[in-house]
Amino acid sequence: MDHIVDTRPGRGDQTLMPGGQAFITETRAAARDAGITLFDVTDPDQGIVHVISPELGIVLPGCTLIAPDSHTCTQGAFGALAWGIGSSEAEHSMATGTLRLTRPKTMRVTFTGTLAPGVTPKDIILTLIARHGAGGGKGYAVEFAGDAIRALDMEGRMTLCNMATEFSAMTGMIAPDEKTYDWLRGRPYAPRDAMFDQAVADWQTLPSDEGARFDIEIDIDTSAIQPMISWGTSPEHSIGISGTVPADPPERPVTYMGVEPGQKLIGLPIDAAFIGSCTNGRLSDLRRAAALLKGRHVAPGIKALVVPGSMAVRRAAEAEGLDCIFTQAGFEWRMSGCSMCFYAGGESFPAGSRVISSTNRNFEGRQGPNIRTHIASPETVAASAIAGHIADPREMAA
Amino acid sequence: MKPFTTLTAVAAPLIRDNIDTDAIIPSREMKSTGKTGLADGLFAPWRYLTPSARDPDPQFVLNQTAFAKAEILLGGRNFGCGSSREHAVWALAEYGIRAVIAPSFAPIFAGNCTRNGIVPVVLNDDAIAAIGNDGGPVTIDLAAQTVAVRDGSQWLFEIGAEAKAMLFEGLDPIELTLKNRADIAAFQTADKVARPWIYLGDIA
Repeated sequence: MDHIVDTRPGRGDQTLMPGGQAFITETRAAARDAGITLFDVTDPDQGIVHVISPELGIVLPGCTLIAPDSHTCTQGAFGALAWGIGSSEAEHSMATGTLRLTRPKTMRVTFTGTLAPGVTPKDIILTLIARHGAGGGKGYAVEFAGDAIRALDMEGRMTLCNMATEFSAMTGMIAPDEKTYDWLRGRPYAPRDAMFDQAVADWQTLPSDEGARFDIEIDIDTSAIQPMISWGTSPEHSIGISGTVPADPPERPVTYMGVEPGQKLIGLPIDAAFIGSCTNGRLSDLRRAAALLKGRHVAPGIKALVVPGSMAVRRAAEAEGLDCIFTQAGFEWRMSGCSMCFYAGGESFPAGSRVISSTNRNFEGRQGPNIRTHIASPETVAASAIAGHIADPREMAA
Repeated sequence: MKPFTTLTAVAAPLIRDNIDTDAIIPSREMKSTGKTGLADGLFAPWRYLTPSARDPDPQFVLNQTAFAKAEILLGGRNFGCGSSREHAVWALAEYGIRAVIAPSFAPIFAGNCTRNGIVPVVLNDDAIAAIGNDGGPVTIDLAAQTVAVRDGSQWLFEIGAEAKAMLFEGLDPIELTLKNRADIAAFQTADKVARPWIYLGDIA
């Protein structure tokens, strides 16, 4: 009920997605028959699975968590072994309570240093993928470690782990700590009272031992990272926002994206801006974007929308008045779902649009036919929407 | 699932890196709730000039006469990256593709292949280029783990023992796993005592 649902206010089972309504009603009937809890279209807890599972305390440190969605690795932020599978594997897991898999190799990526203002976890993970390739994590379960990770809040950690799949890793995970326990305490599906304390005692045994050996280690100093943006059609085609398209890039992505070798991206006119997704659709993401948008308006002709990752995020944002900031700035304020991250709900931008998007994939046609997607942080999306062209959020500080 | 032993077929070159599952089948082409009715949407953004009109793009390899009967695809690095959608593999299978040869595969996609009778064959760039240049029928022998072309050149490929067994015997992995039913139950009984918080039904 995240990929298919309509995100326009007043929605029901109907969606613009071909066959979407049948999918919704068949899923509802199958869940009811099997006695499986469904966070349905009108449920107050409805939302993108990787947003609502942490909100509800369904993911826990040390648990094995799978879903037939590649971004399940998001939930590795809680020290869970969480990864995406195909439908046949989902069927296998429901029939047997198990999955057959090859033990992955291990990688640790240690992030040191302090993030500069305006630089976010999205920029960290895009830096890793740009440096080591979209296939760089293939065959590995990756632990994200280091001072820069310990300093992140849980929502930032989720953004980072979310894109482990864009790195081709089986999963990304972060050792649980006090921030993890504080997040989970009191959530509806988390253990309570004495059992919570018992669970924490167990979770404290989960982090990698001092001196643990990994098959491969990568170190990245985060203090030099700047806001990142993609120029091509793979997340590995990403550069610092003040940078230029490579001088000798592959031909196909350059042609598709309509950019020139060596071109600066700042100043490139855009048609649309999207804030949302399992990568950057949480409350802190909306707060940071709203801080830039407050008292400003998107440039003329720009279609802009913000889609909260869950109905709980939407309510929390409304309680803070963020919805008013977004709508006064010219953004549409939507119900939660995956939305235009990939043409979900059957909606798209006009063919050929250039879109700046807080999502995770800039593939050809991902957001609709011939759409040119630039992925970036919510701040960069907000700043660019105001400017009407790709813009550096640091030069538009709140 | 139909067992895969050997296959001799035309191999269509689509040698681009990072061919993602949105390209293999866009979400807007996934119109059914089942595993069929997907072949038409296979590679829709590349295969048709206007996907909604279904007018073939003559430039696209599968639309060329020589490759119309292709059962093997030659791909680039990180083939099948992106969304976990198994529809990508179902669409390939329904279209008639039985093997993909690429320098590397995205892990979820490779797992989906072996569960649907498609062999993910990993060979290096040079081998794939040579297969493409040969232009003749390509023979894949799963038991021997070899790929051979008309001029006699042959390459060995690696595949996990379990994936190989599933493909070769057309095994149902669920039945295979349920042979260990007693071990699974014993693990869960012990784990429920050690980590009761993991089991949702016991808390909610």
